[in-house]
Amino acid sequence: MQLQIRDLVVARAGRRIIEGLSFELTSGEALLLTGRNGAGKTTLIRTLAGYLEAQSGTIALHGWDRDRDLREACHYVGHLDSNKASLTVLENLRFWQAYLGHAEQAAAARDDRLWLALDKFEIDPLADIPAGYLSAGQKRRLGLARLLVAERPVWLLDEPTVSLDARSTGLLARLIDAHVAGGGLVVAATHLPLGLIKSGELRLGDEVKAAAAGRAAP
Amino acid sequence: MSGFLTLLKRDLLLAVREGGALGTALGFYLIVVTLMPLGLGPDLNLLTRIAPGILWVALLLAALLSLPRIFEADHDDGSLDVLALGALPLELVAASKAFAHWISTGIPLALMAPILGILLNLEARAYPLVIATMLAGTPAISFLGAIGAALTLKTRRGGLLLALLVLPFYVPTLIFGITAISSALMSPQGFQASFLILSAISLVSMVLGPVAAAAALRQHMQ
Repeated sequence: MQLQIRDLVVARAGRRIIEGLSFELTSGEALLLTGRNGAGKTTLIRTLAGYLEAQSGTIALHGWDRDRDLREACHYVGHLDSNKASLTVLENLRFWQAYLGHAEQAAAARDDRLWLALDKFEIDPLADIPAGYLSAGQKRRLGLARLLVAERPVWLLDEPTVSLDARSTGLLARLIDAHVAGGGLVVAATHLPLGLIKSGELRLGDEVKAAAAGRAAP
Repeated sequence: MSGFLTLLKRDLLLAVREGGALGTALGFYLIVVTLMPLGLGPDLNLLTRIAPGILWVALLLAALLSLPRIFEADHDDGSLDVLALGALPLELVAASKAFAHWISTGIPLALMAPILGILLNLEARAYPLVIATMLAGTPAISFLGAIGAALTLKTRRGGLLLALLVLPFYVPTLIFGITAISSALMSPQGFQASFLILSAISLVSMVLGPVAAAAALRQHMQ
């Protein structure tokens, strides 16, 4: 599977944030997006997820079922956790599993997967607690656990480590490593180094800075 | 289709767990209807004549109060973004949420109307008519309201704007709902035509409402 971005141009409020970006990402690769605030990390991730429309350029996922939309290949974890405060941890996760996953799996296999995800993020003791009572870091882990309950090849993560402690960040990094080793693709915007075994880096916004410097020097 | 039912089930569960929305709508309905006889005086004939109209108008206003909740919670906690990534098209996501609104708000309001009818000295033979027209008409309220709810999603305190946008679209539902009741009270065969048009309005809005709402939601994601 290969994610191919060609000459991508994305504008927001009339300002071109991403200009002529091209890159390729093959199965088994993780790409970290870095760059200062406003460099376009979130914009790029939201464009890949299909929320934002590109002005020009193409995004294609080769090797993905032609009949299905690209968005069905993607997991998106953004700044918000997408949990419901009045549902328990288990109910939240079970809903996302049923909604995002494929119904053909047997119920027992799905349940196993659910508990495995809770276990991996170390929130299984909290399974019956309404998500509204969780701490910020626990809510974040519940939001991330969505990645594991429904199998999707492309993970789009926007600042996934926000409000995670060092231990949970390590957990997340190991899970990203495992996903990549299993042939998945990960695009993650981050300020902090995640400590992944194998990852590329794409610095966004350098050209913007260069243009600003050019203006400053008369 | 399983995604549709999964989402519907979750929204209904949330409506039960966070019962505030329904409580507010029912309470508002009760108070508005109670105020009418107090304002109009104890003329029972007058009240009987205008009872269906009061019940309908108050129902529209009560339903209007709960409309912002169709998309607001999912937008605020980021769920809407994730819902857009499912196999379910965004149009059906909007349809499912509007349908959940109808079940959790429209039906309870319609069923409460006859109880409030007692306060207005509603004619005995008008009771089944009020329930029937309201059950047939309230889907239009939820599905047209979903358009307004989606459009005003990012406007803080958009409640009034929502009312301005949506209430004009409720006029046909109101007119044919009232006409069905009053014509049935005058002649037995007069009911059918208005009732069928009322049902048609609901069916059309169930098809078109989600398409428009989904377009507005896509715009908000930009």
